[in-house]
Amino acid sequence: MSAIISIKNLSKTYEGGFQALKDINLDINKGEIIALLGPNGAGKTTLISAICGIITPTEGTITVGGHDIQKDYRAARSMIGLVPQEMLIETFESVTGVMEFSRGLFGKGKDSEHVEKVLKSLSLWDKRNNKLMTLSGGMKRRVLIGKALAHEPDILFLDEPTAGVDVELRKEMWNTIRELREAGVTVILTTHYIEEAEEMADRIGVIDHGEIILVEDKKSLMQKMGEKNLKLHLKEKLNSIPESLANYNLQINADGLELLYSYDVQQEDTGITALLDHIEEAGIQYRDLETKQSSLEEIFVNLVKKS
Amino acid sequence: MNLYAVKAIYKHEMDRTWRTLAQSIVSPVLSTSLYFIVFGSAIGSRMSDVDGIAYAAFLVPGLLMLSLLTQSVSNASFGIYFPRFLGTIFEILSAPVSTMEIVLGYVGAAATKSLIVGAIILVTSAFFVDLQIMHPFLMLTFLALTALTFSMLGFIIGIWADNFEKLQIVPLLIITPLTFLGGSFYSISMLPEFWQKVTLFNPVVYLVSGFRWSFYEVSDVNLWVCIGMTLFFLLVCIIGIYWIFKTGYRLKN
Repeated sequence: MSAIISIKNLSKTYEGGFQALKDINLDINKGEIIALLGPNGAGKTTLISAICGIITPTEGTITVGGHDIQKDYRAARSMIGLVPQEMLIETFESVTGVMEFSRGLFGKGKDSEHVEKVLKSLSLWDKRNNKLMTLSGGMKRRVLIGKALAHEPDILFLDEPTAGVDVELRKEMWNTIRELREAGVTVILTTHYIEEAEEMADRIGVIDHGEIILVEDKKSLMQKMGEKNLKLHLKEKLNSIPESLANYNLQINADGLELLYSYDVQQEDTGITALLDHIEEAGIQYRDLETKQSSLEEIFVNLVKKS
Repeated sequence: MNLYAVKAIYKHEMDRTWRTLAQSIVSPVLSTSLYFIVFGSAIGSRMSDVDGIAYAAFLVPGLLMLSLLTQSVSNASFGIYFPRFLGTIFEILSAPVSTMEIVLGYVGAAATKSLIVGAIILVTSAFFVDLQIMHPFLMLTFLALTALTFSMLGFIIGIWADNFEKLQIVPLLIITPLTFLGGSFYSISMLPEFWQKVTLFNPVVYLVSGFRWSFYEVSDVNLWVCIGMTLFFLLVCIIGIYWIFKTGYRLKN
């Protein structure tokens, strides 16, 4: 897949000396949905702002569709639609008014058909003449998405798009984003909701302290998630793993009272039945057992802790 | 050039004018009418002519200039400060729009509003005084140049201000006193000699004098000096705006 956004050695240091981005290198592929995860203040919004031209990078280059965002800003920015994290709208304007304003800013003339299509896809058509102040929070958030789509962008940045949105509406928005991807739009999503990244993304990037600490295909991450642990609470202390169980790659905890077995939940044969038979044959008795699956959230938290 | 963007910003700003008609247009017209009633009809009728012109008629260019300056500054400063205050400026900063296009949209709309107010005040004044404009083309040129220059100044103030108080400080504490002391209501020849010289440091003197000359061929300062100074202020504002967008002052981190 070809990169539609290419970020090379991007750094951003604010006037006070705070380094918000440190030597970021990232290629975003055309037509993919990439989710950027990271704790508060990690640099997600700064990265988006740098790509969209809202802040000026201290070092590095960014190209969008092959256009440098500084030298060829018109062509680069024309390709981008941005949905900000905060509810930044002029409340006295009407829904169609703000849509047309956004379209004009991006160099496009009036197109009632397109505006109608976008508003219908966001379930806002009935509210088209309403002033924004009369809309609910979820509707205002959808208006922001509508504004970003008003000029038919190739790339859509969604900075925490479902923050404060109820579950039903969140799922509706996920469907909208999927439809956009099907229409060929590249989507860059920042989110706090791990399930959102799991649900939507093709790739997942983790950013912390201004550094990208991981960018990985979601499927391979899901494989990591697929790892499950079986823990046996033993009746008696075990000093070493018997020879007959050597093939199972078991681990004993420090006090010798827990036996740990890791297996791939997606495999048809997890090996649990055979393991339990062999444990019985080896004369090891256990009083309880439990299984635990590592979630993307745990992977994410561990990655952030390590960084 | 992204003309759609210029049109979008211009229309957005003008729409705000129509939404706030009472504040944008009715209010300055009412306050100017009150000036004519109080200073023109009530007090003016007891005052002698100034430079051979009836005081009420003498007031017209000064009052027009007073409204034009305050309206241009407040329209443009509010126009750009409001999206900064709301945060909606992000959309303009991330759009494929050049500095010139942003300025054309905001300053163009602010200047248009001021000119509409100016035109209405001019028509209103005709009800109170025997109006004569000896050089209408020059009058319109002064009107347009002043509206443009002070809309640019307002735009700079709107970028500089980081709270509503600062937004008001320059118009209230600098523009209004300079306009009142710039010969809007009197000829500077009526001042003691020392203060006449001090007054020449007031840029508004040149705007009012030149503007008044276009009405009655009467001026405190040479017409060409007035034209030169007006163009100089315009140039200073253009340089200020260029610097703001070059450095991203108060707009970009």
